[in-house]
Amino acid sequence: MAVRRLAPKEVQPASFAFTAENEAWAAATIAKYPAGREASAVIPFLMRAQDQEGWVSEPAIRFIAEKLGMNTIRVLEVATFYTQFQLAPIGTVAHVQVCGTTPCMLRGAEDIKHVCQNRIHHDPFHLSADGKFSWEEVECLGSCVNAPMVLIDRDTYEDLTPESFGQLLDAFERGETPKAGTQIDRPHGGPAGGETTLTEMLAGAGRPAGADDMIAANMAAQGVARGVDPSVLASASAQADVSHKPGAYTTLDGAWYTEGGKHPSGSVDPAPASVRRTG
Amino acid sequence: MAKLIVDGQEIDVAAEATLLQACEQAGAEVPRFCFHERLSIAGNCRMCLVEVKGSPKPVASCAMAVRDLRPGPNGEPPVVNTRTPLVKKAREGVMEFLLINHPLDCPICDQGGECDLQDQAMAYGIDASRYALNKRAVEDKYIGPLVATMMTRCIQCTRCVRFTAEVAGVGDLGAIGRGEDMEITTYLHSAMGSELQGNVVDLCPVGALTSRPYAYTARPWELTKTESVDVTDAVGSAIRVDSRGREVLRILPRLNEAVNEEWISDKARHIVDGLKAQRLDRPYVRVGGRLQPASWAEAFAAIAAKVAATPAARIGAIAGDFASVEELFALKALMTSLGVANIDARPAGSALDPSLGRASYLFNPTIAGIEDADAILIIGSNPRKEAAVLNARIRKRWRAGNVAIGLIGEAADLTYKYDYLGAGAESLAALLGGDGAFAEKLAAAKKPLVIVGEGAIARADGKSVLAAAAKLGARDGWNGLAVLHTGASRVGALDVGFVPADGGLDTAAMLAGGVDMAFLLGADEIDLAGLGSAFVVYVGTHGDAGAHRADVILPGAAVTEKSGTYVNTEGRVQLANRAVFPLGEAREDWSILRALSDVLGKRLPFDSLAELRAALYASAPHFAAIEEIADAGGASGLGGVEIALDKGAFVSPIKDFYLTNPAARASKVLAECSALARSRVQVAAE
Repeated sequence: MAVRRLAPKEVQPASFAFTAENEAWAAATIAKYPAGREASAVIPFLMRAQDQEGWVSEPAIRFIAEKLGMNTIRVLEVATFYTQFQLAPIGTVAHVQVCGTTPCMLRGAEDIKHVCQNRIHHDPFHLSADGKFSWEEVECLGSCVNAPMVLIDRDTYEDLTPESFGQLLDAFERGETPKAGTQIDRPHGGPAGGETTLTEMLAGAGRPAGADDMIAANMAAQGVARGVDPSVLASASAQADVSHKPGAYTTLDGAWYTEGGKHPSGSVDPAPASVRRTG
Repeated sequence: MAKLIVDGQEIDVAAEATLLQACEQAGAEVPRFCFHERLSIAGNCRMCLVEVKGSPKPVASCAMAVRDLRPGPNGEPPVVNTRTPLVKKAREGVMEFLLINHPLDCPICDQGGECDLQDQAMAYGIDASRYALNKRAVEDKYIGPLVATMMTRCIQCTRCVRFTAEVAGVGDLGAIGRGEDMEITTYLHSAMGSELQGNVVDLCPVGALTSRPYAYTARPWELTKTESVDVTDAVGSAIRVDSRGREVLRILPRLNEAVNEEWISDKARHIVDGLKAQRLDRPYVRVGGRLQPASWAEAFAAIAAKVAATPAARIGAIAGDFASVEELFALKALMTSLGVANIDARPAGSALDPSLGRASYLFNPTIAGIEDADAILIIGSNPRKEAAVLNARIRKRWRAGNVAIGLIGEAADLTYKYDYLGAGAESLAALLGGDGAFAEKLAAAKKPLVIVGEGAIARADGKSVLAAAAKLGARDGWNGLAVLHTGASRVGALDVGFVPADGGLDTAAMLAGGVDMAFLLGADEIDLAGLGSAFVVYVGTHGDAGAHRADVILPGAAVTEKSGTYVNTEGRVQLANRAVFPLGEAREDWSILRALSDVLGKRLPFDSLAELRAALYASAPHFAAIEEIADAGGASGLGGVEIALDKGAFVSPIKDFYLTNPAARASKVLAECSALARSRVQVAAE
């Protein structure tokens, strides 16, 4: 982490004020705290200001200090303490927060960073030439199962490769809103290609009445979300049921291993101790 | 009380004491950087680690309360060790971490020789660094004209941040960033806005915050230290004057729990350069409209000629804010021997009257007594400007809670919240009549404190205001009348009776053309235009208003150049000591008056300061009890004064905190502070 300072004067706006909607929100938020404790609302206020403008500007800090009856330095302390507050303008289209913590790094976050460096700016917190993008490296954002990942605005984009990340940025540049979440064919953090476990339950053994319909509806919804025909889904789960046998292991990437650590392709299970026993 | 065993010695300490205090009580020395008795506990430097039996890790003693310790399995008192190898190793580890990023620039650091880090590194430091990487470097910050910053040296103890937020009450300083990148700064490098900001220099345990005007001037071991008192306001803060040769180099606060705790105002601290500039170093006599240098004999001859030619009823003497009791006593004796009744040391129009008893003009509840008050009413005063250190004490009381504070006078930021009751006498009358919520709070208070400033006393109805204040503050066994003077000489002058004798003129009458010859003893704060064409003898130190108007100038000794008794606003007799000798031909004021008396044929009956003091003590024995407050002699005579309040707002006489006396006006440093404060007011007004 580096020294966090306010952006230079040249880029600071002349003034800041909440929008009418945010003003109403601000009044309601201050009311949550007892009289004399208005300063407790400083973090929500800073977040709101950042949501409104994309970053926390110097006039915004003064505005919030005045609004909450605090010294400006106290607001600045909070704004500089939390790295989540952007102290300089961010890309108008997207500010990419690349997770660089161990799981993501092991799964290729460095390559994602290189894409940022090549496409946006060599250094973090700098705008791209067209002002549309900016990037930074952040600590773990909790999507390790789908590493590597980036956070743009409030959405995570997971299971990235340099190629898919590049396409993602292309889509943003075209003004589209790409589908959030994993960028490969898997249900959230589940295995690629669809569910592979607990398929007996899906088949209906020993479940409470009504659960079947819920699961079916769920799967159908997920299938639709992934662009899979519901009928195909049903047969896929049937196949999974057949391949499921005691003593088999599944790894995070969904590959199957047989007992004894042998991969169907003949390679040795790379980390048998770390895999999840499903049988 | 709780029992505790510290280094094998069983002691009894208050349960709410911290371990650090308990260890000190047991005689153990505990090193610390962030902990300070008068600030909140931060617990972030970790230097005060001690070993607590049963605790798996060393404990930061400053942040651990005695009552939080658990007794032994059979109910034995908790055991704390401060001298075990574990403690030494732990502190050495902390010191090593602190020194990782601390530049070893002691040879060019102003803190060298009085640096906590330097001292403690002698005990807990190791002789080499195991750290091979670059040290962290931090940009220096501008935080005002008084405090120089070398932020690379900062060890982030946050004492300065806590001081400005808690004691000074301005909250200018903050710590931005986090972890290794934490930096102490003001918002956008603005200057601090406190009258007490110089104290952060004393608080800083390292050389990160040092005195800007004193930068690279001297090493502490070269200095002669003289204990003295501050005379820039009427609080009487204890100070230490550091001098080298014939020059005063700096002024530091001294501990005096009863008065200033350990703070002093910036004016007291940075008046140093003003004591050297614009000085009168030889007598002058006005010849043909121009002041010409003269010898003492010529100057005295000019005065003697004028005195001989002027009837006693047309001669007057006015004393200024810096006059010590000895000078006032000598001047009064001289004037009495000349048959002059026109003497005064009060500002024009002041209603202070020593005949009403000492209790009528003192800060009766005492400064330490502010902390006992349960309601505070401020009338016609801005204590932040008139007595900055005392204002910090009011803020301390306010922070402790459960106190109602009301203000009648000019609304101002006093660093604490108060009920604004109105601008002037009408509001005081309403309060006296029991109107309003604050009147109820005041009536319910058992120990009300009614502070009356000069702005409310120096009026036609001043005596009524005093009487009203005395009435509001009177309780059984408690006199809440607290007169807050603006001049250090005021109470001493009233004590020696430096007020018009029977039929004599007061300051206002003298300034209204009542005299043909005026002796001004350092009186610069009065409206000298009122003296008209009178012959003015100015005894003083600086080429200020009084000297410009003078016909004869007799150069006196500045406050650091003479030994003198002062009485602070609460009636505490204090001794200011001589740190250096007077400049040039200047002499101590009492000896000037003694020599002049000889020329005038009215030789004063003392030849030395000791003899003068003997005479003084014989006439007023309470002056002999240094650092004590003599009993004011029961209730004041104000109870018998009929209260008839006029209308009109109370206006504080102090317009500019930094420029209230000739020495301060001669100081470049204070001029810069004053300009900054003015620009801040302007910005606030826009």
